[in-house]
Formats: sequence, C-alpha cells, structure tokens
Amino acid sequence: MAPLLEVRDLVKHFPLDGGMLTRLLPGRPGRVVHAVDGVSFVVEPGETLGLVGESGCGKTTTSRLILRAIEPTAGRIFFEAQEITGLSPAELLPFRRKAQIVFQDPYTSLNPRMTVERIVGEPILVHRLVASGELRARVRTLLEMVGLQSEHAARYPHELSGGQRQRVGIARALGLGPRLIVADEAVSALDVSVRSQILNLMTALRERLHLSYLFVSHDLSVIRFVSHRVAVMYLGRLAEVAPADELFKRPLHPYTQALMAAIPTIGDGRASIFDQPERLLEGELPNPIDLPRGCRFAGRCPFRFDRCAEAEPELKEVETGHTVACYLYE
Amino acid sequence: MRTLDGLTVESPGVTVPTPAAEPGAAAGIGRWWRRFARSKGAVFGLAVFLAIVVMAVFAGVLAPYDPLTQGVGAPLEKPSLAHWAGTDSFGRDMLSRIIYGARIALIVGIVAVLLALVAGVTLGLVAGYYGGVLDAVIMRVMDALFAFPIIILAIAMMAIMGFGVTNVIIAVGVGFIAPFARVTRGDVLAVKEEPYIEAARLAGIGNLPIIFRHVLPNVLAPIIVQGALRVSGAIITEAGLSFLGLGPPPPTPVWGSMIAEGRNFIVMAPHISTIPGVALMLTVVGLNLFGDGLRDTLDPRLRR
Repeated sequence: MAPLLEVRDLVKHFPLDGGMLTRLLPGRPGRVVHAVDGVSFVVEPGETLGLVGESGCGKTTTSRLILRAIEPTAGRIFFEAQEITGLSPAELLPFRRKAQIVFQDPYTSLNPRMTVERIVGEPILVHRLVASGELRARVRTLLEMVGLQSEHAARYPHELSGGQRQRVGIARALGLGPRLIVADEAVSALDVSVRSQILNLMTALRERLHLSYLFVSHDLSVIRFVSHRVAVMYLGRLAEVAPADELFKRPLHPYTQALMAAIPTIGDGRASIFDQPERLLEGELPNPIDLPRGCRFAGRCPFRFDRCAEAEPELKEVETGHTVACYLYE
Repeated sequence: MRTLDGLTVESPGVTVPTPAAEPGAAAGIGRWWRRFARSKGAVFGLAVFLAIVVMAVFAGVLAPYDPLTQGVGAPLEKPSLAHWAGTDSFGRDMLSRIIYGARIALIVGIVAVLLALVAGVTLGLVAGYYGGVLDAVIMRVMDALFAFPIIILAIAMMAIMGFGVTNVIIAVGVGFIAPFARVTRGDVLAVKEEPYIEAARLAGIGNLPIIFRHVLPNVLAPIIVQGALRVSGAIITEAGLSFLGLGPPPPTPVWGSMIAEGRNFIVMAPHISTIPGVALMLTVVGLNLFGDGLRDTLDPRLRR
C-alpha cells in the first residue's frame, strides 16, 4: 500500500535577515538557520508517527512544512501519491481538507470572538461539505464525537476549560474529514489528568475514522503512548526511526540512548527529560547557524571517533524498519 | 463510557458544567456597564454626550427661536428670561444658535470620524495583514499625513474644494485617517500571528474572509475607543476652521464662527463669545471623559 504521506529530503533554511543594508552589500554570503536539514520519512494510513526532539530541533518547522504553512527551501512532499510541493493555493484546497492540524495552545488556537459552533462550522461551510441547513446537525455530531455536548455549541472559548477547548480544536480539524492530522504538541499545554483523556480520545478517533497522526512532542512518555513508530530528531535531521516498542527497548543512536537514559525511573514517569536540561547531556547544543562539519551530534557524543568529524552520517536500515544515522552501525 | 454511533469514547470524568446563566449579549453589556459606571468622569461624559445628542436631534423643538431670524431681540442683549443666552449683533437668539450649532458640530464630528475610521481601518488591515511593499507604501503615506498639521491640511483642501459642511467633513475626515490606520495595523500585526489565524489558513479559508471574520473582530475594541476619542478632536478642528472663517459660510449657526463674531463685542457683550466657547468646551471634555471610560472598559490591554 502506498504511504499516506511521504517526505523526501525536506529542507528549510531561515535566512538571517540582516536588514536592507546587509542585503544590498555585495559579496556577503547570506547566513541561514538550518531549521530542517534533509528530513525524509513516511506516514502509513492508520499509523501514528511520533516525532520527538528537543526544543529548537525543527520538529514544529517540519510539521508546518508538511501542511504547506511555510514553503520548504528544498525537498518534496507527497500526499496520497500526489506531489504537494509546488501546488497553488487553489490546487491545495483538496489537500487542506485531507490534512489538518491540532495546535499546542488551546487558548490561542480558537478565535475568542466566535462561538464554538462557528469555529467548528466555518471550515465545513467554506468547503461546502454540507448544505447550510445541515450545518448545525453536522457540528453537533462533531462535538459529540469529541466528547462535548450540543449545548457547548453556543459558548465562547473563554467559557470552556483547557481540555474542552482542545476538544473543540480536534472537532474543527475533524470537520473536513481529514486522513492525516498533525498534532503539534497537542497535549503539552494540558494538565496531566486532562492529557490522558485527550490522548485516549485521539486514539479512539484514529481507530474509528482511520486517521493517521503525525504526533509532534518533546514528551517521551506521550510519544511512547500514542506512536506506532517514532522518529527522533536532532538539530534539523532525523537521528533514528524505529517502531515505538523497538525504539524504547533498544535505542541505537547515542542521542536516543541519552534521551532514554534520562527518563526518570522513579515517580510518575511523566516528567520529561527536557524539563531538566542538566541531566540531558554534556556539552552545548551546536548553533544551527554555524553547524560543525560531520555528524552534528559528535560534539556531545560519548562514542565519537575520527569518522564522525568527516561527513554527516545518513539514515541506514540496521534491522527491518529500524533506521539509524550513526557510523557505529556501519 | 459513551457510545456514539459505533465509537466508544472513553472519557471518564468529562463532566460538562452547565453554566449558571447563559451569558448572552445583554449580560455582556450589563457587565460592561457595571465597570463603566465605576468611573464618575465616564458617566458624566456620557451624560454630556447624550445631552448634546438630544440637543442636536430635537433642535427644532428645543430652540425657542429660529436661529437665522434677525431682530428677535435687541442686538447685543445680555442673557435674560426672554433670551437665556442673550442675543448677538444681529439680534439673533444665541441659545437657539447654540442648539442648532450642536447639530453641525456633532454631524461634522461623527461623520468625519466615521469616514476616517472606514478609510483608516481598511488601510491598516491591508497594510498589517499583507505586509511587505504594500505595508511600507501605505504607512509612509500615513506618516506624511500624520506629520501634516490637520488645520493646514484642511485649509488647503477647503481652498481647493470650497466651503460648506460637506467639505469640512471631508477635510477633517482625511486629516484623521492616519491614527486609525496606525492603531489598526499595530493590532493586526499581533493578531495575525495567533494560531487561530493559522488554523483558518490551513483550513483553506481565503484571505478576505480571514481578514473580516478573524482579524477585524479581534482588533475592533481599540478602534472603537479611538473613534470615540477622535470625535472631540474632529469637533475642535471644525470649530477652529470655522473660527478662521473656513467653515460653513454664514449665517449657518456654527460654534466656531459664533466665537469669532463675538470678538468684536468682547467688552460690550462678552456672552457672545463665551457661551459658545463653554458649549464647545463641555462637549469636548464630555466626549474625552466618555472615550476614556470606553478605553478603560473595552481595550483589553488597559483593563485592570
């Protein structure tokens, strides 16, 4: 079966804007931030791919690139075997229906001046998916699907709790009948108790509606809970991609190992390693503007050897479905 | 556990609290009024504003004499029971002229501000939302307009277009575009980065619907406040133009030209200048206090 989403060598460099003067000066090489630097992966139908990494590693940029919210510097994106990169806004409309997003912050992702009914109904209306007379019923169905009740339709976002708002955000995304939902830190801003409810809801919806998720998070416990496969991202590149069980049982890349080692073993297990940077790793995160030559993790890697400084390792399949970008396994 | 056509949604503890009262529009206004009423100045301002509006609307009923008829009393008569505000040099009733003057002041103030608001908000929305060259061009023009003294601008425009109420409105309106464009653009720049705008864009909603349904409602409060505060400025500008003889031509009862006329008799009959002056001052102070009250209660950034 063809993958639902395929990303090939996606690159996004943000130019460091030096202002008008520096742009006019000849002979100055434009400096760029290497936010995403050659990322390739696939998402299969019905699958949840977890994308995990530190703040600033490019995971949010990747999610925005896939949805064509920002334009890639290079690389190609295929959705249902159709190339998405290069489509005009009008040509993108069918894709917009099929790929939706759930945001991190339920407080800023809903228009405060609109009722829940209008928030959820607007995309459906714009795409003329139902006759206007049936819109109300459609919105009620969607609200029930995400565990809200029809009396919530008349409310404004500020009258709802964080968890309820996030349900509205999910309902809005579901309204267009998507195949893929990009969940960008979708539960990171929620209380722990609400978080598990939303994760359960999203899992249930995936099974019922045959959805695929690209689940972006910095929280390993969340990623482990929802993902079929996990991609570990480090400074704009994928370090390792593997089935979730496999990755958590046998992490291969030194970076992944460091992440796993830093998961707290005592306590509720929910605190993320990134909340305690001092436990993470020795050494500084390299500057994404002036990247070192060779493997970008080498500076912090306990196993580095000569070859690591020469060239960047590519993702290689070490076992079936388990790929890693590290010279230790070549 | 709830079963929704085939789907079992495990959502333990998802209790949906029923709100004590459905906060509709009426409740919202009630809440706003309670905050607004806390400021005595704001309430005073609103009262003055309403009084001026009543004067303007019912001028025909309230005015004891026709404002244009000369010789309804002796010239330069002091305030008396027959003529509460005295008479001017033509023996016209001052009170009637002030009441009719309120009509012109208010019409010029409100219509000019509405004109400036529509034009300025449109330009600000376009500049802020689209950015780039469009933004640079629009805002530099606005800067030029802003740097130009409104009175000078109005004098130049009146010289080209001629006198009359309509032209005063256009001149003052054009002079007031820049502040609306600036306020709007600034807020649009902040609002357009909100995730709900990105959500709309990713749902395939076009730029114009996004601007009107998502951006505009979220920048409206400071614009309304700005509008209320600018009405008094427009009234002052109109009075200034009339004082200089650039307003509606005589014998139209206009506060500014009444003050100007009274200058010649300031020793003999000081009421001719001072009473329209007091009317103008009360109107402006009232509108400013009302505008401040609106700002404190509507503009979320200044909310306490």
